Amino acid sequence: MGSHGHFRARGRGRLGAVSSVYTEKLEFLTNYPAIPTYRVLDVEGAVIDESQDPKLDKATLARMYECMITLNTMDTILYDAQRQGRISFYMTSYGEEASHMGAAAALTNDDVIYGQYREAGVLMYRGFTLEEFMNQCYSNERDYGKGRQMPVHYGTAKFNFQTISSPLGTQLPHAAGSAYALKLEGKKACAVCFFGEGAASEGDFHAALNIAATTESPVIFICRNNGYAISTPAKEQYRGDGIASRGHGYGMDTIRVDGNDALAMYNAVKEARRIAVEESRPVLIEAMTYRVGHHSTSDDSSAYRSKQEVADWQKNHSPITRFRKYLEARGLWNEEQEQALRKDVRKRVLKAFSAAEKLKKPPVEDLFNDVYDEMPPHLAEQKAELVRLMKKYPEHYDASDYAASKSM
Amino acid sequence: MQGVNESRFIKNTREQALANPELAAVKNSETKKLNLYQAVNEALATALATDEKAVIFGEDVSFGGVFRCTMGLAEKFGKHRVFNTPLTEQGIAGFGIGVAAVGHTAIAEIQFADYVFPAFDQLVNEAAKYRYRSGNEFNVGGLTVRMPCMAVGHGAHYHSQSPEAYFAHTPGLKVVIPRSPIQTKGLLLAAIRDKNPVVFMEPKILYRAAVEQVPVDDYTLPLGKAEVIKEGKDLTVVGWGSQLYVLERAIAMAEKRMPGVSIELIDLRSILPWDIETVTKSVNKTGRLLIAHEAPQTGGFASEIATTVQEHCFLRLEAPIQRVCGWDTPFPLVFEKFYVPSAIRCFDAMERALKF
Ligand SMILES: Cc1ncc(C[n+]2csc(CCOP(=O)(O)OP(=O)(O)O)c2C)c(N)n1
Ligand SMILES: [Mg+2]
Repeated sequence: MGSHGHFRARGRGRLGAVSSVYTEKLEFLTNYPAIPTYRVLDVEGAVIDESQDPKLDKATLARMYECMITLNTMDTILYDAQRQGRISFYMTSYGEEASHMGAAAALTNDDVIYGQYREAGVLMYRGFTLEEFMNQCYSNERDYGKGRQMPVHYGTAKFNFQTISSPLGTQLPHAAGSAYALKLEGKKACAVCFFGEGAASEGDFHAALNIAATTESPVIFICRNNGYAISTPAKEQYRGDGIASRGHGYGMDTIRVDGNDALAMYNAVKEARRIAVEESRPVLIEAMTYRVGHHSTSDDSSAYRSKQEVADWQKNHSPITRFRKYLEARGLWNEEQEQALRKDVRKRVLKAFSAAEKLKKPPVEDLFNDVYDEMPPHLAEQKAELVRLMKKYPEHYDASDYAASKSM
Repeated sequence: MQGVNESRFIKNTREQALANPELAAVKNSETKKLNLYQAVNEALATALATDEKAVIFGEDVSFGGVFRCTMGLAEKFGKHRVFNTPLTEQGIAGFGIGVAAVGHTAIAEIQFADYVFPAFDQLVNEAAKYRYRSGNEFNVGGLTVRMPCMAVGHGAHYHSQSPEAYFAHTPGLKVVIPRSPIQTKGLLLAAIRDKNPVVFMEPKILYRAAVEQVPVDDYTLPLGKAEVIKEGKDLTVVGWGSQLYVLERAIAMAEKRMPGVSIELIDLRSILPWDIETVTKSVNKTGRLLIAHEAPQTGGFASEIATTVQEHCFLRLEAPIQRVCGWDTPFPLVFEKFYVPSAIRCFDAMERALKF
């Protein structure tokens, strides 16, 4: 062993690159081959290679499709609600529905999810109800985040979905750490981290993938490459072959997937989960998709991309239509069911919406809670000061929209 | 924003604008009605036009930036001078340091002050110490880092913060926060031309809300100099950025409810280095001091001002120095009106100081 190791160290690229051999050819690597994009369905929803059809049961397929429609409907209604000034902010997932449901269906609820913000479908698939979504977006007293964060910053321990944080990329190293902890516990579970191709430019991306690789942490990094980071097109974001090409650099199992193909996403995430959990290795998945909606309600994308480009994507690459055609071809779906589902979903969304709107904001005391596990004296003093001010100047501190505080 | 339109500090006419002695150099200039983001744009255009080594970069700047501050600049000055960067604040700051280290002018945009923290190492350990650690062999005086800051009413944790105190704790940096379009154009041009790295924080709520007649000609306003924007004899009030309009309303309440009282208001403008002389001179006159900022109270810049004033004016003080600040919590979405140092809170503290 010893002499063999010695030979390798001399004969090959030394300690930093143990499998490298010497060459006398002066040659810079360039023109790397592009990583292919794995798919199961063609754009018409037909299975291209039957061996790749995961043959999911009827109930799973129905749940995936229902969630896509529900997410899409919720997005439309909440986007409009923001336009009408009823909620302060919103972000849609238009065009990315398949990647959410394909991934979610391949995971178990023990897998810890870290999202960026455009992954509401994953949470929905896990069972987060319309009421729960609306309560967060309305920042009402039932919002688990107690009204403190902007709309779409969901999170719940119940579904192992860590609360969304706006600063980009920060969740990537968290996912690596959680994955390592899951491994220490001997849990048959992994961490799953979603992020945009824009966020992949943050330093935290490098930190996370490298630390996950060296610690052999069971984490799946899922990049949603939707072509834009606000106005910045992917071609100004990086010059390599997308995000997937970086996996090689980290020594990580990597795949690029057609993110508009729910079944391809399912297969990729299922296998990634096996690698992560069974073989204790991180995996990188790049889901190629398109951000059909504006970045957020604060954005008007017509300032930087043509309406035609968006329309073309919607028409030719709708992940929902593609999945529906797959279901229809198998006799699992028809126009009648479609109409009934859409009508029912719309009704349920509107009902949840008006219920959430009627609820009060969280109690004002929640301003001071949860900064620490217990309130330190200086904060208690500040809270008492606010109580004094609210009593003295009730006309300036109208708290009638807020639920009653027990402690103030 | 409440009170900005009616503010007496907003210069609505050319005459008002040019009455400012600090603008004597451009006293014959035409003026143009601009809001604060347009004033940023004007300053940036002036910088590009007058300094061929100047470049502007950051996330989404080439289509005009999410607050429209860089609108039209790429078209006018070329994509090699105004360009998008990948989404990396540490990269933006570090790249800017490199641009400046070889003698060029780097004007970087961080999309929100809340997102400057990945760049903290580059700014605090690199930009700030570049000159000192090299024995003045090198410097990055050509670096200016702009970022929108302060509350907007719906920004929650990550679109509301005022991180000036973190940077104020960093010898080698300058930190500037303007209050209006005229101030913005002059201070930003001064920051860009200053021979030290400057963190320039723009109160985002004023981008559209504050409109003034801004001199068209090229001008700068002094860094490190506060401005007394309202004179008074009984209490000195210090603030910066959009908080000044809150303080103006609080002062109006106090002067109305306490006839005979007059209150002095100082726009600090530069947080680092700050104008100790103007502030202490005022407190030596009034004997009382109140400082207000949106950032949390503990370790906020008010603490620094209070300590210094206490050192300089101890025997003259007639009441405890008042701090009215954000509470020591993250910036909370639905509780914003309870969190901020609102006019009524500032008024209450003014009364406390005056009746002590
Ligand atoms: C550290 C940080 N910098 C900047 C921003 C502002 N910002 C919010 S979303 C966004 C674009 C993100 O693009 P991408 O990661 O591709 O995700 P997508 O919106 O396309 O889903 C930017 C720049 C932020 N939230 N955090
Ligand atoms: Mg993107």
